[in-house]
Amino acid sequence: MADQVLDAKGLNCPLPILRAKKALKSLQGGNTLEILSTDPGSVADFAAFCRTTGNELVEQNEEDGVYTYLIRKSG
Amino acid sequence: MSNVAEMSSPQINPGIDPNTMSIIVTKGSLDWAYPPFILGTTAAAMGLEVTMFFTFYGLNLLMKDLDLQVSSLGNPAMKMPMMGMHMGMPNIVSAIPGVDAAASKMMKNLMKKKGIAPIAELRELAVEADVRLIACQMTMDMFEYGQGDMIDGLEIGGAATYIEVATQSHINLFI
Repeated sequence: MADQVLDAKGLNCPLPILRAKKALKSLQGGNTLEILSTDPGSVADFAAFCRTTGNELVEQNEEDGVYTYLIRKSG
Repeated sequence: MSNVAEMSSPQINPGIDPNTMSIIVTKGSLDWAYPPFILGTTAAAMGLEVTMFFTFYGLNLLMKDLDLQVSSLGNPAMKMPMMGMHMGMPNIVSAIPGVDAAASKMMKNLMKKKGIAPIAELRELAVEADVRLIACQMTMDMFEYGQGDMIDGLEIGGAATYIEVATQSHINLFI
């Protein structure tokens, strides 16, 4: 179970990333954020976001056009 | 002679922080407003220090009241999804008064439908993320724009201000 859930369904690039960044800011290091998105471009983007920022992409899934990401905040 | 060239070349800072980016923003229409604000806000979200330098029509994007328009005139690549296909517009039609306004409205509706952020929102996110916004003094003077017409928190600067930023930025884009 994630520490926080962000529903970014229906939002297009770059809003899912920007909202995720904002949500991560309020989390403590080591805590997790679950993000729901319907943007197919978010698959590549969340991977790139995590590689660049050092946050860990723990898990990702797709079901019925909804992409789910679990990110653990670094530090 | 090569020594002379070496001596007169600008000093390059070998220790540039890779997490720095600058963008020169020169266009002020609805379509061209997106690339700089999307990249600027995303880079800031990814931990980069971002500076945006607005000059010429780019200044239009700093106005308090944004009324951004797109034009299909002279833009053969602008093909909008309509009635199940993609339709471009011949220049002779684009030139008719009111057509640009209609095309702009159509694009804004499409953006809303697709969950694309309005420019005003991206701009606010840029300010929140401490993106450094610099307005070009010379073009403000030329277009007779006052700081009172523009959003708060802007810096005013010129070419040297931007060049200094660019020498300290790992990524420098011109849009």
